[in-house]
Amino acid sequence: MTVLATHQTALSRALDNRTVLGLLFMLPAATLLLLFLTYPLGLGTYLGFTDTKIGRSGVWVGIENYQYLWGDAVTRLALFNTLFYTFVASIIKFALGLWLALLLNKHLPFKAFLRAIVLLPFIVPTALSAIAFWWIYDSQFSIISWALMRMGLIHEYIDFLGQPWAARFSTIAANIWRGVPFVAITLLAGLQTISPSFYEAASLDGASPWQQFRYVTLPLLTPIIAVVMTFSVLFTFTDFQLIYVLTRGGPLNSTHLMATLSFQRAISGGSLGEGAAIATAMVPFLLAAILISYFGLQRRAWQQGAADK
Amino acid sequence: MNDVKNSAAGAAAGNAEGKPELTDSMGMNYLVSLPKRVVSVYVPLFVFVVVLLFPFYWMAITALKPDAELLSREGNPFWVQNPTLAHIKKLLFETAYPDWLWNTIVVSVTSTFLSIFCSVLAAYSIERLRFRGSRYVGMSIFLAYLVPPSILFIPLAAMVYKLNLFDTRLALILTYPTFLIPFCTWLLMGYFKSIPIELEECALIDGASRLQILIRIILPLAVPGLISAGIFAFTLSWNEFIYALTFISSSEVKTVPVGVVTELVEGDVYHWGSLMAGALFGSLPVAILYSFFVEYYVSGLTGAVKE
Repeated sequence: MTVLATHQTALSRALDNRTVLGLLFMLPAATLLLLFLTYPLGLGTYLGFTDTKIGRSGVWVGIENYQYLWGDAVTRLALFNTLFYTFVASIIKFALGLWLALLLNKHLPFKAFLRAIVLLPFIVPTALSAIAFWWIYDSQFSIISWALMRMGLIHEYIDFLGQPWAARFSTIAANIWRGVPFVAITLLAGLQTISPSFYEAASLDGASPWQQFRYVTLPLLTPIIAVVMTFSVLFTFTDFQLIYVLTRGGPLNSTHLMATLSFQRAISGGSLGEGAAIATAMVPFLLAAILISYFGLQRRAWQQGAADK
Repeated sequence: MNDVKNSAAGAAAGNAEGKPELTDSMGMNYLVSLPKRVVSVYVPLFVFVVVLLFPFYWMAITALKPDAELLSREGNPFWVQNPTLAHIKKLLFETAYPDWLWNTIVVSVTSTFLSIFCSVLAAYSIERLRFRGSRYVGMSIFLAYLVPPSILFIPLAAMVYKLNLFDTRLALILTYPTFLIPFCTWLLMGYFKSIPIELEECALIDGASRLQILIRIILPLAVPGLISAGIFAFTLSWNEFIYALTFISSSEVKTVPVGVVTELVEGDVYHWGSLMAGALFGSLPVAILYSFFVEYYVSGLTGAVKE
């Protein structure tokens, strides 16, 4: 009896201990994340150094996969495509997103409603909206071609997804369509934290709208721009769904991204090792993007007089 | 006269009664004349909205068009002359679409609840128990959020094979939390931080245990945060594509996005009507859920970015 009692107090004392209880509370999340996130991250890196195929465990081959991929024209093309896709799409998403955010920040009727419908492209499944784009880009029945024909701007239907450069720009356009709402709505949240008195003071000092934007809006918005663009670059660089649905990497591999190529090599082709190497090769680029934004962000925070953390 | 009207329209009741309108950050907007405002604000905004919504309109109109109208270059393509429900009927009764819908619901709901459960405990632990090293755990949760699925799907596929989970819903239910838990934990940490610590201290003095505090005090106060996290997690798992594409191969276990993309496209003949109907019905549930909880969704989105 007394043994049980002391046992209970020991248990309840342990549960009152913040470290014990804290670790206990962390257990479910930590188990799932360690098992299905941290471990696969390591396993993926390891697989990249082996010649594993689906259904056959491989042996360590060192950097052979990377050496092969470095000499592989398709992989090089995919790297170029990924960088081009990320660069062009991110810049346009930023410009259009900022513009849309500034428009939505004006005093408008039905502002909340507008904000709600603007975000729609971002919340519906990308794979499904990509199917709509597939139909919009159809080589024979494209509505864009139809409209341009009627306006007399073109004389034959555009083969949006059949020519390398046309396909690149078509997929970029679809990516921009999906990404602009995210950039706009998050930047709008940033804009709403800027006090109107700054603008009143600036316009009393005779600042033009452009000067107000350049010297009031932009500096105050920089921290949130850095975060939003990091996410945007990250999502774009690792994009998969849109390309998989629209072109599967074609024509002539001209729209293959690193992610779609690694899927093709690893899952469709069965070479898990080679696919894992392609996926691992994306990590340095992602780290670079995160670090650039992190340090950019810190500098800005310091400039605005934020306390050292 | 005209000028007065313009400036009144520009100020739009905000400053009319002399009370400052704080939500309108362009405080001197009423100085801009109406025609200029139309050109610089309403026209671009209209173009944005039309472009952003057109694909949805196009999905809906295509789903209702008979094949003859779909595959014709004559007539007005923006409207449907003889609407038909044939595509929708085909989708619902001749394909496995209802199965896919059911799978998507099961997987999304289960993984959402699993993730919220784990995230509530983890966020409370990191934010309030502040055990030794909790700051680093918080940091690593944020880093986990930045790991994209396109890097993880290959090793995860190898694991799913090994664990005999290939082609099961459980494979998705267990892997979706890898991107849901970091996001939800991060979001909930922000909400928990805003709850005054004094409330908790009072309860501790009154003899409440930590678990009682979490259930009776913290959770009721964090309901908006829980809704945000729940909506977000549900939408993210509904929209997930690459894991479902990799880990599932039988038609009856597929989710809607994967099913529509892989099963409705047969050979060279595309059934555009059914495809669009499938895309539309797959988008509607998240769109409807979103329309009820827009504010929560937006605050979740912007909160996660701002933190």
